[in-house]
Amino acid sequence: MTPPRSLIALGLFLAFSTVHAGEVKVAVAANFLTPMKMIAKSFEIGTGYKVLVSAGSTGQLYTQIKNGAPFQIFLSADQKTLAKLAAQKLTVPGTRFTYAVGKLVLWSAKPGFVDSRGEILKRGSFRHIAIANPKLAPYGAAAMETMQNLNVLASIEPKIVWGENIAQTQQFIASGNAELGFVALSQVISGGKPAKGSMWMVPGNLYAPIRQDAALLANGKDRPAAEALLKYLKGGTARAVIKSFGYGL
Amino acid sequence: MLTATDFTAVVLTLKLAALSTAILMVLGTWLAWQLAHTRSWWKQPVSALVSMPLVLPPTVLGFYLLLLFGPHGPIGQFTQTLGLGALPFTFSGLVVASVIYSLPFVVQPIQNAFETAGRRPLEVAASLRASPRDAFLTVAIPLARPGLLTAAVLGFAHTVGEFGVVLMIGGDIAGETKVASVAIYDHVESLHYANANVLAASMATFAFIVVLTVGLLNHRLAGRDL
Amino acid sequence: MIGTDARFTMSLGAFQLDAAFCAPPRGVTVLFGPSGCGKTSVLRCLAGLERAPKGWLRVNGAWWQNEEQDHFLPTYRRPIGYVFQEPSLFPHLSVRANLEYGQRRVPESNRRVAFDRAVTLLGVAPLLDRRPVRLSGGERQRVAIARALLTSPKLLLMDEPLSALDTRSKDDILPYLERLHTDLSIPVIYVSHALEEVARLADHLVLMENGQVRAQGPLSELMTRLDLPLAYGDAAAAVIEATVAAHDEKFHLTYLNFPGGRITVPREDLPVNAHVRLRVYARDVSLVLAPQEGSSILNVFAVYISGCTEERPGQVIVQLDAEGTPLLARVTAKSIAQLGLAPGALVFAQVKGMALLN
Repeated sequence: MTPPRSLIALGLFLAFSTVHAGEVKVAVAANFLTPMKMIAKSFEIGTGYKVLVSAGSTGQLYTQIKNGAPFQIFLSADQKTLAKLAAQKLTVPGTRFTYAVGKLVLWSAKPGFVDSRGEILKRGSFRHIAIANPKLAPYGAAAMETMQNLNVLASIEPKIVWGENIAQTQQFIASGNAELGFVALSQVISGGKPAKGSMWMVPGNLYAPIRQDAALLANGKDRPAAEALLKYLKGGTARAVIKSFGYGL
Repeated sequence: MLTATDFTAVVLTLKLAALSTAILMVLGTWLAWQLAHTRSWWKQPVSALVSMPLVLPPTVLGFYLLLLFGPHGPIGQFTQTLGLGALPFTFSGLVVASVIYSLPFVVQPIQNAFETAGRRPLEVAASLRASPRDAFLTVAIPLARPGLLTAAVLGFAHTVGEFGVVLMIGGDIAGETKVASVAIYDHVESLHYANANVLAASMATFAFIVVLTVGLLNHRLAGRDL
Repeated sequence: MIGTDARFTMSLGAFQLDAAFCAPPRGVTVLFGPSGCGKTSVLRCLAGLERAPKGWLRVNGAWWQNEEQDHFLPTYRRPIGYVFQEPSLFPHLSVRANLEYGQRRVPESNRRVAFDRAVTLLGVAPLLDRRPVRLSGGERQRVAIARALLTSPKLLLMDEPLSALDTRSKDDILPYLERLHTDLSIPVIYVSHALEEVARLADHLVLMENGQVRAQGPLSELMTRLDLPLAYGDAAAAVIEATVAAHDEKFHLTYLNFPGGRITVPREDLPVNAHVRLRVYARDVSLVLAPQEGSSILNVFAVYISGCTEERPGQVIVQLDAEGTPLLARVTAKSIAQLGLAPGALVFAQVKGMALLN
């Protein structure tokens, strides 16, 4: 016996619509992937929605979104990328907000190598300093700004090795190939405690704040799941997680 | 047109590819010879080791080279004892990494060529009073010529196109380790598509011409034999 | 001592080789045996292409290998020429360059075979500027032989040089090999499993079986020895060395002398005193107690019976001695009984047909 055709159609409709309604696709800048996963998990438990997280560099994700990637929310590592997407009407107006403020640190894998006031930059007693490519990474730009403000850029410049992103910059330092470098605080603390090595928290007055913005993308308009997640990101649980990873708010 | 930095990157890439290819041809021929003619137990393990770059993603390989070559890595400690310093962030480091990375592409065609020719021509040469070294130079090498050419083209092309390894151990220093592939990546990442296109197009054109020229040359030389 | 004196002991997988033999300093010694008997391995050991872990090799008094003293001369230091089964010319060199490859590597003072001589001897002059791929199989093998000769070897080793060739190419090369035999005084060690080649080329035979030397000696002796397999089967034959005595123009015949008497064959275009080799099949020889009057058979020789063996029920192989030249005859057991034939008896061998081998 075969079921009536209309029943099959209804079943298919329900199946598809539930999948669509219950899912939210998030594009997240690689440096925020770990906190995002934790936030997504607690969001899923609390709401029953499903979160699909895709990570990449901000530039890659931008290119993908511009070329029709089906993301509904974008957590960028900067502000200008979302501004560019807004200009192309790829975000929902009025949904953009700063979800985290990155903190820059000068870090070395060797204990005691970086002093608590960053004097080592003036002494220049090292062979290589790793910095993320300032054209690509906001933390790289902030590092350059810091050195400029300290008047040490000219003397340090020949010692710079460039990481393509802050993850690679951190590998250069962690493996000891560069004695020190500028990275995000979020990379060198875990569970609220600093990782091994030595660091100098760069004072906020030496560089423009590294604001990381998020927004609802055009694809996420009128999707309850996407809107709920965006709201959740501003809530207390998410903020606690974000802080524990070394970001400011 | 190419910017000055991009031009430097192209020149650096060609220098890297040429030098790596030269080293690869010597090292690869030697290794291929050993592998083709040994019946020893170490043949398979060494073959597998040489093939590793085919299996490992370049960034993974680059990451481990970064650790090995670094000041705490065994090779890094060795080079430092020799007074050479650590290899990452230097042009020499890129050459060493490129050689490791492209080794299977060079060893395999040469090894195949040696194995296809077999021992017989060498036995003939020995019966005609040629010492092993003499036979290698006057018989084995000329007979392996198509394999050697293929190896040189693959080694060169592969080094030109190499990205992941260089990215991991280079440090993106202009004139020292910033090669064309990394420069293209930087342009794409910073959304300068026009610059990326020009650079990519010039690299692709150049590579196409090199590969085509060698291919035609080989074809003509092979034709002369028949 | 002059000549070649060798013993090689080695295992090749499950196969055991233990071969000891001598080869005279002149003429062609054929290593003969079925496929897989180890004859090619022996030849490779002679060339130094294989090293038997136990054994020795002495050529004209010089040690080329002596495992007791861990002495082993590598191939390229041995004054040998080696012709492989399949013509192994260097494909990247012209015929001329192939020929010069070995010659150039021999010091001028040691060169005893001139380029033009080798080229003429093997008829490769028209091929000199060609590439090996443009040659026929027979042409390639002739070039390979010339190339080996141009190293002025003290020992020429040939590994079934005809077996990879078709019949036409074989017939093309055999005369050159025979000329080699008569024109140059280089001793040859030749591996073969073809009885035809053995009969035409061998002076000395080393018979191999399962990795061991079953017997060795002059060709005519080994082909007719009743304790060896060569004396049996349809191809059983004796080989006779003879010289041209005279021609009979009227009856269009040629007379040949051999120790056992005079042989008559159809007219052959050969000079008087030319050396020839004939094959006499056992099946073509019949025995009579007295020379027959009124027989059409011209070739009848007085012989002694030196031995006989029943080949299969009713068939007997009789070994004959014609003044030192051995012959074979296949007769029925009934004839033996009726004629009362036994070793030592003097009888007459009637030969129905003889073939000149060269």
